[in-house]
Parts: sequence; C-alpha cells; structure tokens
Amino acid sequence: MSRNLILGACLSSLVVLAALISFAWTPYDHAALNIPDKLQTPGVQHWFGTDHFGRDMFSMIMVGARTSIAVALVAVGIGMALGVPLGLTAAARKGSWLDELIMRGNDLVFAFPSLVIAILITAVFGAGAINAIIAIGIFNIPVFARITRGAALSLWEREFILAARVAGKGAARISTEHILPNVANLLIVQGTIQFSLGILAEAGLSYVGLGAQPPTPSWGRMLADAQTMVSFAPHLALIPGFAIILTVLGLNLMGDGLRDWLDPRIRVARA
Amino acid sequence: MGQSLKRGFVSALALSSALIAGQAWAKDDIIVAMQLEPPHLDPTSAAAQAIDSVVYSNVFEGLTRFMGDGSIVPGLAESWEISDDGTVYTFKLNDGVTFHDGSAMDAEDVKFSLDRARAEDSANAQKALFAGITDVSVVDPLTVQVTLGEPNGNFLFNMAWGDAVIVAPESIDSIKTNPVGTGAYTFAEWVQGDKIVLERNPDYWGEQPALAKATFKFISDPTAAFAAMMAEDVDVFDNFPAPENLPQFEADPRFQVLVGSTEGETILSTNNKQAPFDDLRVRQAVAHAIDRQAIVDGAMFGYGTPIGTHFAPHHPAYVDLTSKSGHDPEQAKALLAEAGYADGFETTLHLPPPSYARRGGEIIAAQLAEVGIKAEIINVEWAQWLESVFKGKDFGLTIVSHTEPMDIGIYARPDYYFQYDNPKFQALMETLNTTTDPDERTKLLGQAQTMIAQDYVNGYLFQLAKTGVAKAGVQGLWVNAPTAAFELSEVSWVE
Repeated sequence: MSRNLILGACLSSLVVLAALISFAWTPYDHAALNIPDKLQTPGVQHWFGTDHFGRDMFSMIMVGARTSIAVALVAVGIGMALGVPLGLTAAARKGSWLDELIMRGNDLVFAFPSLVIAILITAVFGAGAINAIIAIGIFNIPVFARITRGAALSLWEREFILAARVAGKGAARISTEHILPNVANLLIVQGTIQFSLGILAEAGLSYVGLGAQPPTPSWGRMLADAQTMVSFAPHLALIPGFAIILTVLGLNLMGDGLRDWLDPRIRVARA
Repeated sequence: MGQSLKRGFVSALALSSALIAGQAWAKDDIIVAMQLEPPHLDPTSAAAQAIDSVVYSNVFEGLTRFMGDGSIVPGLAESWEISDDGTVYTFKLNDGVTFHDGSAMDAEDVKFSLDRARAEDSANAQKALFAGITDVSVVDPLTVQVTLGEPNGNFLFNMAWGDAVIVAPESIDSIKTNPVGTGAYTFAEWVQGDKIVLERNPDYWGEQPALAKATFKFISDPTAAFAAMMAEDVDVFDNFPAPENLPQFEADPRFQVLVGSTEGETILSTNNKQAPFDDLRVRQAVAHAIDRQAIVDGAMFGYGTPIGTHFAPHHPAYVDLTSKSGHDPEQAKALLAEAGYADGFETTLHLPPPSYARRGGEIIAAQLAEVGIKAEIINVEWAQWLESVFKGKDFGLTIVSHTEPMDIGIYARPDYYFQYDNPKFQALMETLNTTTDPDERTKLLGQAQTMIAQDYVNGYLFQLAKTGVAKAGVQGLWVNAPTAAFELSEVSWVE
C-alpha cells in the first residue's frame, strides 16, 4: 500500500468517525444558542471556539461532517445506481440505437456546468439537503455510465466472455455475473473521487444558501456566515475551510492510492 | 550652503502654493453607498424605500418636509393657515421655484400632484395619506387651498412623506427614469446595477448646497460593503448592513460611526388568519417564547432597542409594553397546552435577505423550538417575499422591519398581509385620524399600542438602529432616519 493511500484513508476515516460519533455524542448541543458566549476563540472549553450565536464550533463541525457525508454518499449512490446499469446496457448493445440514446443522453447532461444546473434545480424546487442531493446525484450518472461502458466494452472482446456467450448466457447475465465484478475496481476508485466532488458541491451549494437549511449545520454555510467576521474572528472561516480541504484532500489521496493499489497492471509492473 | 537654503526656500514656496491650490480645490463631491438599488425613481408610485433614499428632498420636494430630528418644517409651502374647524388648509407657496426643466412650480402643479396621488386609479403606495382630501383648489398662482372631509391632525406630517412630493405634469411620462423635481439636485445619470449620479441645481430656489455632485452606489453584499468602505472607495455608507463590523470602523480614525434610530419596527409578523395563529393564546405563547435581548445581541450585535408594540421608542407617545411579552418559556408552554398544542406544532418561518431577518430567524427558530414549536426556516429573496408572503399571504411567520414612520395604522387594514381584523382597533384609528388635540392624540396612540400588544398580533422584536459609517471628514449627515432619505443639502467636507 502506498503512503498516499494510508494518509488518505486516515484523513477520510477521521471525518467519517467524527460524523458517526456525532450521532451519539458531541461536546455541546450543536444547535443550542448561547449568545453571551459568542465568538470565543478556540480554547479548552470550546476546542474550536464558538460562532456568532455562541454555538460550539467543534460540535457543529462534527454534525456538519454528517451532512456533507450524507449528501455526497447518497449523491454518489444515485449516480452509481443509475449510471452503472446504463453503462452496462450500452456496452452490451454496442452500436445499437439504445447505446446511442444512452450515451448521447449522458453527453447532454455532461454538457451543462454541473454546479450551475444544481443551483437551477434548487432554485426551482426549493433549497434544501434533499434537492441538493438530487442535483448532485444527477451529474454523477453520466460519469459512472461512461466509465462502466468504456471498461465493459473492452471486456466484451475478451475470451472468457466469449466462452460465456457460447455457453448460452444472455447479455444481462453476462453483464451482472462477469462484467460487473471486473469493473468494480474502477467504480470504487471513481466513487471515491466523485464522493470528494460531492462534498465540494454540497459546500458550494450551502455557501450560496441552497444546500442544507438552518438549523442543520453545514460546512459551506458556516463559511458563508463567517464572511463578514473574518477580520475579527478568523477561526469562524478557517475551521470549516480546513474541514473541507482536509476531507477533499483525504478522499482524493485515497482515490489515487486505491487506483494504484487495485490496478492489476500497475501492481504487476511494481512486482 | 547658500544653494541648499535657496532650494529649501523654493520648495517651501512650492509647498505653500500647493496648499493654497488644495484649498481652492476643496472636495465638493461625495460617493454614498446604499444596500438597495431603487426599482425606478418615482417616489409617488412605489413603496420601495430605496427610491426615497435617493430622491427625497434632493430631487423632489413636498409642501412640508422632514428634518433630521423628525420634526416637520415648511418645504415648498412657505407658510399655511388652518381654518378654525381644522378642515381647510391654505398653503402659501414659495415664490420663484422652478422645476429642473425650467418651468415654474405653482399652485396648479400642487393641485395636479395631489389630485394625481388621490385619484381612483392612482398608483401611489400610500393612498391613505390623501384619503381625507375632498378638494384641492387654486386660489392664485402661489396659493392653494386643500379641503379635508374632517379634521386630520396628521395632515402636515402626511404632506412631508416622499409619496406626497410635488411633480411636474409634463414630466410624468418619463418620471421613472428621468425625475424632474424642484430640489437642490438634478438627476444626471443612472447606470443600472451600479450607481445614480445627482448634480447641484444652479437655479435652486433655496440656499445652494455645499456639494456639487453626489454619486449613489449600490452595494448589496455585506462583505463587499465592508471591503468598499475599508478601501475608501465610498465616502459614506448610509446604513451599513453588517453590524458586526461597526466596532472596527469605530476603532479606525479614518472613519466615524453614526448610530441613530430609524422608524423600522422589526417584527415577527404572524399570519393571524392561519391556524393555529388565529388563536390568541398561541400568539401569546409565541411572544413569550421570544427572548428579544438575545435577538438584538445575536443578530444585530447589540444595535437596536427592544419594543413591545408596533411603535418607535423615540416617539413621545411611545408606551413601553415589553413586559407584556417578557421571555417566559414556561408560560409559553402552558399557553400552548391550554390552546390544545401541548406537543407543539409545525409552521413556516419565511426570511427575507437582510441580516436582521436571516440571523434573527435562526435565533427565533431555536427559541420557538424550546417551547415545542417547530418553525421550518425558508430563506427567500425580496421578490419572492413580496409575491408569496406580502401579496399571497401564504406564510405562518416571517420577520420584517416596517420602516414607514407612524405606521400603526396598518393594523386597521384587515387585508394587510398579517390579517389583523379588529373592528375596535379600526374605530380607534378613525377617532385618532379626526383628533387634532395633541394630548388627546397621545392618549389614543397609547390605547392603540396597548390594544395590539394585548392581542399579540405580531411578535414585537426591536426598533432597527440606523448605523451609518462615513469618512471622518464628512459632516452634516442625518444620524436618525425619520424617513427614508439621504439629505444632501447639509452635507459637506470638513475644511
């Protein structure tokens, strides 16, 4: 295992751990306002200080991790659940009208700047975590569909698939029993990358006020709230900023590391 | 030695002549920043305060006008006489007043302006100001007589509003983009989305103001506002949108901070026709669930005065009723239980963009949650707010600041967006409107304030503070905002 993978996995699991622990315990109630206590700098009592309403920043970051992960996870889930079957179908029916339809549809979605469309969706259907998930999820579909189709196409040329066809297996069975397990590696790597992009997208949408609505904490909104206070309470912006950076960095390193680790060609070359 | 002495002398000479030149070129323009851009520039056909902020008294003048301390002084009317029964006002107009297009302002223009405002199809946003007028007649070119159906103690005050300014009949068609008034400043340029420029009117009938040019810049984002002020890109920020930054300006010798009062009663508007808010006990519970001081401290960083009714605390007739709705979550819970909502209920809380609403809303939602009321926060833009809340009345709770002066009369309008329908209050307002005796008026205003406080029509939060920021060298600014206006005539740079 590479150093990248270990570092990435550590950072990512730290965030996941914080999110999981927040279900059972946070140092303070993340939503409890305590205005006389506002704008405290990080210290023993409040590890990350308090925000402009006197809420404990550490608790908010922990629960905010939950929001980020939930949104990104479900968004990636949507992308995989719809994108992978589409990609498999397109590969199995290569060159047919169905393949064309699926792939040109993907191109269409891909052609739009994703964040702009996400803003449009949340503006039309209302701001909120659910709509943010759907908006981000839709843009994950073509990513997974393309990756799956590309990898599956080359697999369809291989002898073991030919053998399966000769044995009388239908395209659907071959796709699920033989193709899917062989593209899983790629999907895991891509999933990690999309996961980090999802976290960024959620932070971006929350920053402009279209993501999770208060009182649900969100890193992006914490940043937006901190904007006018950066000059006298920099920790309000730095802490959620670092949370986003470290999470995205961790996931990207992990994605890179996983690709190196899972890719048989590189593994062979290294051995 | 001799050489350097000579050089020293020469440079001293150069320096002193530079100083003299500097004096001759004393700064006579100003850049004023505001948060909201006006939708157009006709104050007589829209409620938008941003219009008055630019044109009131600068471009357009009325018969009377507001002073910075809230008093009413003669404007275009030099003087007036009131008949003994209080129904006929005879205004004597100032001589030699011209509109910016060069035409003379006379009694015909006054008649035109008032008739236009009170007409059946008038687009005036404050038609109630003119409702009592039964006739406007021209006595001679400088005398105009206004007849009221019944005495109205507020009439001269009403005539000072931006909605009652005198306009030129020939300019009406293009008034929204090219306002023609009688003021000390003429409209020069409007770059949409950026700025409006006014220039000194050399033919002004009154005293010439000190500043030759004023540029109004529109900066809606609080972060950008802070940056523009700090970089000295603007000279004055009329009402600085981020109260958290004020201590920094106060500590900086380059700037001065002017904290005053506005006419903005900031309230938790409640839909009185929507269940469960149609139950007085529920509204009372909401009132007791709210901790005003926490909202002032948390959302406004301490700027603002808690209020217990819909009335400005600096007004002489104000009655302090904050104790009627003191912070008492236990009582709130008891009241909810009595009303049949022991487990609380769910409602919506619509929040327009200003920070008093967005931040105040988060605090209020948390306070309501403590007594079991789950208020779902819905952040909206102003256009959406006007459409769905103000016009559509589709809301449970919302936070907004009512910035019109003396606007307790809105509670007598059952179709107003919070839909308070109390015939007793409506009768009280009618009595008030026909009362001219000051003591009697004070008494009636007190009764009105108490009535809406006892009915817990809305959650009364705080009086919005006016927080102006200006460069240290600017003088003559209004500290308070008795009406939406940025009065330029008194403003100048310290020499």
